[in-house]
Amino acid sequence: MESRNSRILYLENLTIAFGGLLAVNDFSLEIFQGDLVGLIGPNGAGKTTVFNLISGQYLPTRGKVWFDGREITGLLPDKITALGIARTFQNIRLFGDLSVLENVLVSFHVRTRSSFLSSMFSLPRFWQEEKQIREEASFLLEAVGLKDMASERARSLPYGQQRRLEIARALATHPKLLLLDEPAAGMNPQETQELMEFIQRIRRDFNLTIFLIEHDMKVVMGICERITVMDFGMKIAEGTPEEVRNDPRVIEAYLGVETR
Amino acid sequence: MMNWTTFFQQLMNGISVGSLYALLAIGYTLVYGILGLINFAHSDVFMLGTYFAFFLIGVFMLPWWLSVIIGMGLCALVGMTIERVAYRPLRNAPRISALITAVGVSFFIENLGLVTVGARPKGFPRPELMKNVYFIAGARIQGVTFWVPLFSIAILLVLFYLVYRTKMGMAMRAVSKDMETTRLMGVNVDRIILYTFALGSALAGIGGVLWACKYPQINPLMGTFPGWKAFTAAVVGGIGNVVGAMIGGFIIGLAEIMIVAFFPNLTGYRDAFVFALLIVFLLVKPSGVMGETLKEKV
Amino acid sequence: MSGAEKRDLLLTGLLLCLLMLGVWWAQTHLNAYLIRIFNTACIYVVAATAYNLVNGITGQFSLGPNGFMAIGGYTVALLMLPMTQKQEVYFLQPLMWPFNAFSFPPSLFLLALLLGGLLAALVAILIGVPTLRLRGDYLAIATFGFGEIIIVLANNFIPLTNGALGIKGIPEYTNLWWTVGWAFWTVFVLKNLVNSSFGRALKAIREDEVAAEAMGINLFRHKLLAFALSGFFAGVAGGLFVTLISTVSPTLFTFTMTFNLLIIIVLGGLGSLTGSTITAVLFAFLQEGLREVEAPHTIGSWTFPGIPGMRMVVFSVILVILMIFYRRGLFGRWELSWQEVLNLLHRGKKTHGKS
Repeated sequence: MESRNSRILYLENLTIAFGGLLAVNDFSLEIFQGDLVGLIGPNGAGKTTVFNLISGQYLPTRGKVWFDGREITGLLPDKITALGIARTFQNIRLFGDLSVLENVLVSFHVRTRSSFLSSMFSLPRFWQEEKQIREEASFLLEAVGLKDMASERARSLPYGQQRRLEIARALATHPKLLLLDEPAAGMNPQETQELMEFIQRIRRDFNLTIFLIEHDMKVVMGICERITVMDFGMKIAEGTPEEVRNDPRVIEAYLGVETR
Repeated sequence: MMNWTTFFQQLMNGISVGSLYALLAIGYTLVYGILGLINFAHSDVFMLGTYFAFFLIGVFMLPWWLSVIIGMGLCALVGMTIERVAYRPLRNAPRISALITAVGVSFFIENLGLVTVGARPKGFPRPELMKNVYFIAGARIQGVTFWVPLFSIAILLVLFYLVYRTKMGMAMRAVSKDMETTRLMGVNVDRIILYTFALGSALAGIGGVLWACKYPQINPLMGTFPGWKAFTAAVVGGIGNVVGAMIGGFIIGLAEIMIVAFFPNLTGYRDAFVFALLIVFLLVKPSGVMGETLKEKV
Repeated sequence: MSGAEKRDLLLTGLLLCLLMLGVWWAQTHLNAYLIRIFNTACIYVVAATAYNLVNGITGQFSLGPNGFMAIGGYTVALLMLPMTQKQEVYFLQPLMWPFNAFSFPPSLFLLALLLGGLLAALVAILIGVPTLRLRGDYLAIATFGFGEIIIVLANNFIPLTNGALGIKGIPEYTNLWWTVGWAFWTVFVLKNLVNSSFGRALKAIREDEVAAEAMGINLFRHKLLAFALSGFFAGVAGGLFVTLISTVSPTLFTFTMTFNLLIIIVLGGLGSLTGSTITAVLFAFLQEGLREVEAPHTIGSWTFPGIPGMRMVVFSVILVILMIFYRRGLFGRWELSWQEVLNLLHRGKKTHGKS
């Protein structure tokens, strides 16, 4: 169905050069509120670089990034998160030595109102807020099935649970747009199935727009409404799963790579 | 106001000091290029070089040139020992841990020196060559101002040859570019690193001796400030870059002498200037004059 | 506030009362030598826990706390030094304005300390703004450089600091009440901070800067705040120190002071305020104890000559061994909380009951 929703993300002719190499080349994309969009392409196509450009880790050489009608090109990552974009990382970047609960609590910091002073002197206002965010953090952990692991060191979690923690942590920043970088990596078929249901559930429950990078075609074809395909830093195809599946350019880019 | 003669004198002075900073800076830059470590203890090897020579000449009555050569060898040994004992166990640890260890090693050597030979400065026995006075272009130049840069530059040329024209040197440069890949290509990385430390330390040793020829009062803490100036030189020239270290050394040496020459009432602040310069470079152009800027991959 | 928080605050209040009782007892019963060591220990607690905030909690490696202590020390000295002393001490060059115009009475000692801390914090901000953007080892070098610059200034800016001669005759206002009091408040404030959302943000920065930033934490602002706060307490520690030993000179706050603080926080555990508190006290006693090693001893007819400087050799060996084998130090990142204390007591009661 055609949505008349607002355009939440607009990538306008994004280009970034590392030395002489154009990692992303004149890449444009529109995503609308509530969409579930996939970004696929062979290794080294520039997918994570696109994410880094959106979330502010990289500054584009040319082009602009628009979020919710506002230009966010060149803003620092923490500001972009405050505006409503959250992400997970391809190589999990948890706060290893902190507990599972603390990892999620960190994300609430951007929204806390109590001041520096009230934390230093243990004033009641700080404790009230602390109670609130702990409740919400517990709720999020329950949503990803990690409630029992709350006091475990994040580093000690098995891989699959670490991935889920990363998602919980991202959700805790109250995003409007969620960027998931290979969320299914390293998961077995059952976990992947659960992940697919989970992604669709959180989109509904948290009113999210989701943009994900994936290599697992079952996930991509299964839940994405639209797919963008990249190769060598450029967009080579875009459309519904059906359209993309049958696009000769996509097949050529993936030549020799099996799709599950 | 300065006349031509004084200017020329100070210029020679600057080159003289600069060449010593260059010798010392190379040790810093080599180690940083390979291990990413700022070897705080390097300035103390510099100091040890003078004391080794001092004792070899004074106690064992060896001729000057022999003492210096043996001293260099001993310094190389000390450098390799430090690497093997203190730095190698931390090869895979966060860099800060290695830095803290380096500080510890430096303090250890300095205080061991204070304990064994005492804080009172001793007079270094200079060879006749250095004590002679020459008259060049109307300026009164001490032999040392003349011979030190000559020796230093000769050593620097030898070093240049070693680093850029030998297999060992190539291995060193390879390790500093990419340790893992070099290891995968069958190179014994540990041995290369030892060699690097030996080379840098030997240079520090001879640098120390030449320094003592110029400033004959030696004490266990003498390496501190020359060390920092040499490190600044390495950063200014481009940390990790050997030619950069050489150039940086001369820049710092000349700058230091010239500032003091033109503003004699600011002598006390001389050391502050060097640190200020270091900080400015770290902030503005950390890759130095010759270096390349690297971007971090996310 | 929940029950647990109220209980913790109560227990902390109780601890404060106990400490005050302890100080009152110590003042009347302990000899001056021991009191001096305790004073030094508490000053180390203030400086070391603040240092740990930056290095251990936030993971930013600074090598310049000696500079901030110097700023605090000199500020307090200049404010508290009586006018007559100012004339006497500054005989090379007269003391510059405004310090030559007034002098604080004893009642304003607290204000002097606060001003010393504030000035140090301000300088920390000035230094932090450019340098906190640097990564790891470069930050260390830059902060080291600034520390050295401050010492050079202290040595050369004679109209202000009296140069290498230093300032003598500073009234000895510091006593156990001040040092223990400040040690308590420093640890209280820092503990609360570390356990708060802000503290979590700092730890996140330590764990993974990129991820922390992606979760909405402004790296620069948080690092700067931690750095400034650390500078404040370092300044206060410096102020307490100069009014303890009644002199100040550039040699007091050389890099060796930073080195001492470094050993303290590494031994205690980078990231554990509890650890730093304990090892700070330990270090103060160790310093004194090792002084014995440095003095000559006569046993019977044997005379062992003193080895001055042996202390530092021992300390540097300890540091190197720690870094190679016990990098986590004594306490790692573990923090003592009232909950832990109660658990320990409870467990103790249980085993006693059984036997």
